[in-house]
Amino acid sequence: MKKFWALFFFFWPTVAIITCLIAPSRGWWFPSPPMSRTGVQIDGLFYLILIIVTITFVGTQYALGYALWKGATKETDSKAVFSHGSHKLEIIWTIVPSFILVFISLSQLDVLAEIRVISKFPDKAVRVAEVTARQFEWRIRYPKPGTELTTEENPGDLYFVNELHVPIGKPVIINLRTQDVQHAFFSPQLRVKQDAVPGLVIPVWFDVQEVGTYDLVCAELCGWGHYKMKARIVAQSQSSVEKYLKQLEADQNADGTKAATADSEE
Amino acid sequence: MATVSPALDAHGHADDHSHGHHEQTFVQKYVFSLDHKIIGIQFLITTLIMLMVGGALALAVRWQLAFPWENMPIVGGVFGLFRTEGGQISPEFYTMLFTMHASVMIFLVIIPILAGAFGNFLIPLQIGTDDMAFPALNMLSYWFMWPAILCFGCSFFVGGGTAGPGNGWTSYPLLSDLPQAAPGSGAPQSFWLLGLTLVGVSSMMGSVNYMTTIINMRAPGMTLFRMPLTIWSMFITAILQAFALPVLTAAGFMLLFDRMSSILPTDIHSVFFIPANIIVNNAPPTVGGGQPLLWQHLFWFYSHPAVYIMLLPAMGMVSDMLACMSRKPVFGYKPMVYSMAAIAGLGFIVWGHHMFTSGMNPALGMTFMTSTMMIALPSAIKTFNWIGTIWGGDLKFNAVMLNCSGFVAMFIVGGLSGIFMAAVPVDIYFHDTYFIVAHFHYVLFGSTLFGVFAAIQFWFPKMFGREMNDTVQKWHFALSFIGFNCTFFPMHLLGIAGMPRRYADPYLHGYLEHLLPMNRFITLSAILMGLAQFLLLGNFFYSMFRGKKVGRNPWNANGLEWTAPSPPGHGNFDIAPVVYRGPYEYSSPEAEAIGQDYILQTVPHVKGVAKVAHH
Repeated sequence: MKKFWALFFFFWPTVAIITCLIAPSRGWWFPSPPMSRTGVQIDGLFYLILIIVTITFVGTQYALGYALWKGATKETDSKAVFSHGSHKLEIIWTIVPSFILVFISLSQLDVLAEIRVISKFPDKAVRVAEVTARQFEWRIRYPKPGTELTTEENPGDLYFVNELHVPIGKPVIINLRTQDVQHAFFSPQLRVKQDAVPGLVIPVWFDVQEVGTYDLVCAELCGWGHYKMKARIVAQSQSSVEKYLKQLEADQNADGTKAATADSEE
Repeated sequence: MATVSPALDAHGHADDHSHGHHEQTFVQKYVFSLDHKIIGIQFLITTLIMLMVGGALALAVRWQLAFPWENMPIVGGVFGLFRTEGGQISPEFYTMLFTMHASVMIFLVIIPILAGAFGNFLIPLQIGTDDMAFPALNMLSYWFMWPAILCFGCSFFVGGGTAGPGNGWTSYPLLSDLPQAAPGSGAPQSFWLLGLTLVGVSSMMGSVNYMTTIINMRAPGMTLFRMPLTIWSMFITAILQAFALPVLTAAGFMLLFDRMSSILPTDIHSVFFIPANIIVNNAPPTVGGGQPLLWQHLFWFYSHPAVYIMLLPAMGMVSDMLACMSRKPVFGYKPMVYSMAAIAGLGFIVWGHHMFTSGMNPALGMTFMTSTMMIALPSAIKTFNWIGTIWGGDLKFNAVMLNCSGFVAMFIVGGLSGIFMAAVPVDIYFHDTYFIVAHFHYVLFGSTLFGVFAAIQFWFPKMFGREMNDTVQKWHFALSFIGFNCTFFPMHLLGIAGMPRRYADPYLHGYLEHLLPMNRFITLSAILMGLAQFLLLGNFFYSMFRGKKVGRNPWNANGLEWTAPSPPGHGNFDIAPVVYRGPYEYSSPEAEAIGQDYILQTVPHVKGVAKVAHH
């Protein structure tokens, strides 16, 4: 029975590792490859940590299992090793992990600065829209075509709900805010997440690499309907975005006279 | 310093209770008791019951995730909840479920079972004194739990039974601040805050008591570096509580003041956390100049150290038990003490890692990332030392040993998954996904509770003079361990797949639809884990009355508590103990000289000394 329990502690980390190895093929992994440039960097850092952590996990779990196995297979009348520890070992396992941890820490700084520090935002990033979260939807405000986005609303701004159109291939900035409680702007495929904090306007930048429709969900508990703040980020070419905004402008200005009627008859 | 209660005769054992000079009534002895052991056992039984309550809430959460919008078995339907909706869990009830699951588990189980139950029971016994420094304060610390439980309980019902506090245990404003923000943000939230404050009062009374007792009342010869690591961990935990709790209490009152007009018929309220011009649910715009992020800073300034309050005592106890079951001294006693101190110190400067996506200044993010990475270091040192303790030992493969090994194994997982979250860019993706849920359950359940399972069995003989059935405990360990890992390991994968926390119905989103089978598997595993706990409870209460009777030192351990009768009478020791050595001298040459593989702390450094009386 002793050996059984020692093997038990070998067995479960092995199952855990196998589960992780087959996970990507079973769809238990990232929802898609990273669809933004910062997303690619984030995934790179994730895999870096994953490798370090996996090695440590296997090493420590099997060391634990082996220590148990040694105890389980010990001759019955042999006594325990009398030792209060080892100064040398303590130093080794203080210094080695600290170097690894500092290395991990330093490796994150550049990407962190790029994503979050406003002065390091890409120079040519365009402020495309303001996204206002509210219970339980995302309200999008685009500036009137040909004008710049400002914090205040302007006449001619274009409004839509739960669908954000952005151009691909270049960095864009959205101004994130909330009308009521705290929410979080989370696009799993783009690896973008930022809380929308009451009273603050927070700029978020990302650049989508490929044409497509990506999920936008809420990642900060915002009430009973938290789960249903479902929206889409539609990434398309610059010209398609312009076309979309033009259509939006036409729809918004439609007053029931012929231009709009012709539109609806189409 | 320690005195021996005159009420005890020299060979008084379990029956001291009935032979004491001053006759105590049943109420004095078992209800409003001043005896630290009774208070500890009161805490233990209360928290075990609360564990089942919290577990039931968790299973309701799991039901919704596995079978969304299907009628709840047993409690749903015609006679139970949601008659009008046919027994479904409503989304606002779902938010209440996870909020109360966390609140119960954290404030009514994990914190009081460690500090309240084991802290109370073990501190005087292990440092060799007759009771706590302030017995009345100690009694109050237990009895303040009940108003807290009552407030938490009320918060379920004041909202009409379907809308309890639903703001998460973190209660971020404005959701928790403006009563219009959610169905449970009115009266239920106020009761929840009161409950939280009362738990804080209870912890604070305990903390003051533990610090004073450990500093002032150690037996002669019990120097600081002869204290068992359990005592070190309780001491450090008490310091953490004393410094961190006031901040939470203050924050709680600030939130209550913000909410004043929803509690009292008045328009006067503060705006600590309320910015201007917020329109919630079509209510009039708010007037204010507050800042919701302030709450997050204050809350996590307490709640991150609280994570260590919920872990350090288990670390200490596991160190004690591993040494005993390996018949070896703890590997690196002083590094163990220093790393606990380092965890406590660093624990105060890492709270910002809960706020990496909150819009906090990114420069702060970098600082908090580095300090968070550094706190992995003392944790790593401890892990290596635990493995070192087992290495080369004469291992006793009982359930205590298995649960302790389980603790180490699970702590490794919880520690390593924490590294992903400490790294800000990676955390941007993982923040508020199931990866986090997996991580903190590995730490709080996987580590702390497996440590507690071991500790219950290990000190059970001292509590009741009987032992628990080891075979049942082994089954309990195996089922809990398998159930636990099948429940929480896949949650890492859910997190990687981008499933956010606190979603009543994640499958509304296309990219999460395919995760339903995995969530079903998780729920079934959680049910297995939940059922396994009945083995523990059954064994606990059966053994209390019918377990095999044991003597003073059934585990052949070294600590002072094992020199006292089982169970110790009021006043604990029949002879005031004097300490001559550290608590981990297993298999030492001196022990061998007296023909044992252990040597009690009370044995003087004289070779060939007569054996101390034990069973």
